[in-house]
Amino acid sequence: MSTTTTKDARGKAPAGERVADWADGRLGIYSLAKANMRKIFPDHPSFMLGEICLYSFIIIILTGVYLTLFFHPSMNEVEYTGSYVPLQGQLMSEAFNSTMHISFDVRGGLLIRQIHHWAALVFLAGMFVHMMRVFFTGAFRKPREINWVFGFLLFVLGMFTGFTGYSLPDDLLSGTGVRFMEGAVLSVPIVGTYLSFFLFGGEFPGGDFVARFFAVHVLLLPGIMLGLVVAHLILVFYHKHTQFAGPGRTNNNVVGMPLLPVYMAKAGGFFFLVFGVIAVIAALVQINPIWAMGPYRPDQVSTGAQPDWYMGFSEGLIRAMPGWEIDFAGHTLVLGVFIPLMIFPLVLVAIAVYPFIESWVTGDKREHHILDRPRNAPTRTGVGVAWITWYVVMLIGGGNDLFATHFHLSINAVTWFVRIAFFVAPVIAFIVTKRICLGLQRRDRDKVLHGRESGIIKRLPHGEFIEIHEPLSQEQLHTLTAHEQYEPVEIGPKVDEYGVERKIPASEKLRAKLSENYYGEGHQIPKPTVDEFKEITSGHGHH
Amino acid sequence: MSSQDIPEENLPTAQDEHGAVALADEENPFADPGLPPHEHRIQDIDERAARRSERTVALLFTLSMVATIGFIASYVAIPIDQNIFVWPIGHISALNFALGMTLGVALFAIGAGAVHWARTLMSDEELVDERHPIEATPEVKAKVLADFKQGAKESAIGRRKLIRNTMFGALTLVPLSGLVLLRDLGPLPEDKLRHTLWKSGKLLINQNTHEPMRPSDIAVGSLTFAQPEGLEEHDHDFQREIAKAALMLVRIQPDNIKDKQTLEWSHEGILAYSKICTHVGCPISLYEQQTHHVLCPCHQSTFDLADGGKVLFGPAGHALPQLRIGVNDEGYLEARDDFEEPVGPAFWERG
Repeated sequence: MSTTTTKDARGKAPAGERVADWADGRLGIYSLAKANMRKIFPDHPSFMLGEICLYSFIIIILTGVYLTLFFHPSMNEVEYTGSYVPLQGQLMSEAFNSTMHISFDVRGGLLIRQIHHWAALVFLAGMFVHMMRVFFTGAFRKPREINWVFGFLLFVLGMFTGFTGYSLPDDLLSGTGVRFMEGAVLSVPIVGTYLSFFLFGGEFPGGDFVARFFAVHVLLLPGIMLGLVVAHLILVFYHKHTQFAGPGRTNNNVVGMPLLPVYMAKAGGFFFLVFGVIAVIAALVQINPIWAMGPYRPDQVSTGAQPDWYMGFSEGLIRAMPGWEIDFAGHTLVLGVFIPLMIFPLVLVAIAVYPFIESWVTGDKREHHILDRPRNAPTRTGVGVAWITWYVVMLIGGGNDLFATHFHLSINAVTWFVRIAFFVAPVIAFIVTKRICLGLQRRDRDKVLHGRESGIIKRLPHGEFIEIHEPLSQEQLHTLTAHEQYEPVEIGPKVDEYGVERKIPASEKLRAKLSENYYGEGHQIPKPTVDEFKEITSGHGHH
Repeated sequence: MSSQDIPEENLPTAQDEHGAVALADEENPFADPGLPPHEHRIQDIDERAARRSERTVALLFTLSMVATIGFIASYVAIPIDQNIFVWPIGHISALNFALGMTLGVALFAIGAGAVHWARTLMSDEELVDERHPIEATPEVKAKVLADFKQGAKESAIGRRKLIRNTMFGALTLVPLSGLVLLRDLGPLPEDKLRHTLWKSGKLLINQNTHEPMRPSDIAVGSLTFAQPEGLEEHDHDFQREIAKAALMLVRIQPDNIKDKQTLEWSHEGILAYSKICTHVGCPISLYEQQTHHVLCPCHQSTFDLADGGKVLFGPAGHALPQLRIGVNDEGYLEARDDFEEPVGPAFWERG
């Protein structure tokens, strides 16, 4: 590929260049680098959330590989002879035994275990917040819908990888979680019992699930996730990153720092920052002390049993649901467990399909690379906050016992609160959020038209007090008015030109109605026009 | 560092106007004024400040090296079973603390150095890249569609329907083999969930003492856990059997027992209930002796043991199964039957 080579005094290209030439002849790296080496990445603190996810994922893989060197995914019962005195002589599975070995007899084993677990919590939390960032700024719009779906799949697979992972040590707490899962599988009509027997190799707990979960946890799910992460990143590169509106930033350009050197140094450095912080957390804060809980036995349990945080909302669903059970014709429909089991994926799917609903309502087929400020999309922001509220209500339900004991409340009252708030809280959150967004839009409008409140009070000769407003700079004026406002979809006349009634599909009517609620009067504040601005600024001057 | 130390020619005012703001547009005050001018950092105009940054970055990288040496030293020197007191955390493993802190510092310092380097010494001038539409131009699209049509035509898949249909048939059927292979993941349920180890004449063994019990061993207001005789912790299928057979015994004044069958199946006020919650199978263990309620610690289902184990609150869908008990000739508590209904969570075939 390369025809020109820089030569030093002895007529030979430098070693680095020769290596690059060799690689280029086989991989075409110069063409790749031409497009990407100085690729521009816009800067914003919220753009680092996705990086945190990527880096914690890498940390999880690194530490996970180390853990597999010592972990025995087997449920054979052995007697504990390790160095933790309180459990000596106890029967436990090899899985638990080897996790004890990692924690107490392998130097640094406990640290790596704790880094692995903490990184998993950070990974899931990072994905959640990153997803919300993308949601509230409308970064999911065309052309990024597929990447939104990839990210969503990563979040869901991350949850299940986490669940299968913390079940592996076969300790009392995680075993209880697996039992809960088995009970949930049993509730599935018709095939539930069979599914459970196939999953556990017979009756619960059987002797198979640790080995099976292990394969799923270290191979199947991470393999799929690795593929999705790569695809996610390729699409980020291909689409080029979104940016916020501002002077010089348009839908057709991308403004920021080049990959080499600034972004590479910052992003590469950030990996070490994330890893360093997680290592310090793992040094200081104990996580999942399986020795305190002991090996799993299906007839034993401890109080305050909680899953890891990302599974908490499903726990809340199962705790808040009334115990409905219908017996008929020799069969049992376990609605009290099956309904939560069905709502669990629905909660997740609800947020995943939102981008497609919004694009259907707007009918907008253009590419969007400029991010929305959340206030400028009040309905979307309302939906997002309603969803988070819903999620948090379920999370509270998942810890109803802890809320009861820590705040001295009745467990029944907490559960009833969750049951009611499940339906009511998202609606309230939606209304309140939308109001706040509209209020903020009005504020922006006032700022554009009347300038910034300077806080300086002036007394006029005739005694009147006025506050001085400072006009905004052109940069600020542009930034505050750069967003686009949609018009509600018109459904058209009910009758055509000949007076015959037009057939309007129900979906179109629904779309028009939704559109009205998104962009109709009172659902967004019209941004100031140039004429309004000129009239005010020329009319009675600056005051 | 004061600004008068900076050489005059390096000050921003002496430099070229770069990327100046476009003049405000008379017609459109909201127009995009373009990128604001680049603002210089002190490192851009003062070499001494730049050298200070260089030293800071180098110091951070050096700190990382020192921390790594500390990590190795801790690994070698600190015994794995040593505990130390660290305020305000308390007593923690010395090795875990030392390894984690040194590793954390070694990593963090690399990151901090790299970021400081990027922020203070690398160019911070914003650059602009053009975006290009993701979708192909109409010419490209037309070419691809034509190629596809040509390829499909050459394959004759549309014309030779027999090939097409049998191919789809074969591709649909072949995954069935994979599905069939999953059959041996586990045995069929049959009636396995309906039976436990309990049967008539099986002694109730106290799980703490591993001895059979007489009624006098169980005080009013106490909670005792029992398992069937013959089941040993070392048994191969212990976990599977105890998951169904686990039993809790409480003693209530017979006058306080509300349900007639509950009273009949009890012995001198001693009631035996399955310990496995009927919700999703957690072991129930929180007993309120005044009210005779038990609470499942997992999802807070509450059952009334004086009234047939019926559900008072929470997500459980049906009552706790009661085991019929009595005493044998030697005066030991024994089961009179297996549980009448399946223990644990409900399932489709339960009925």
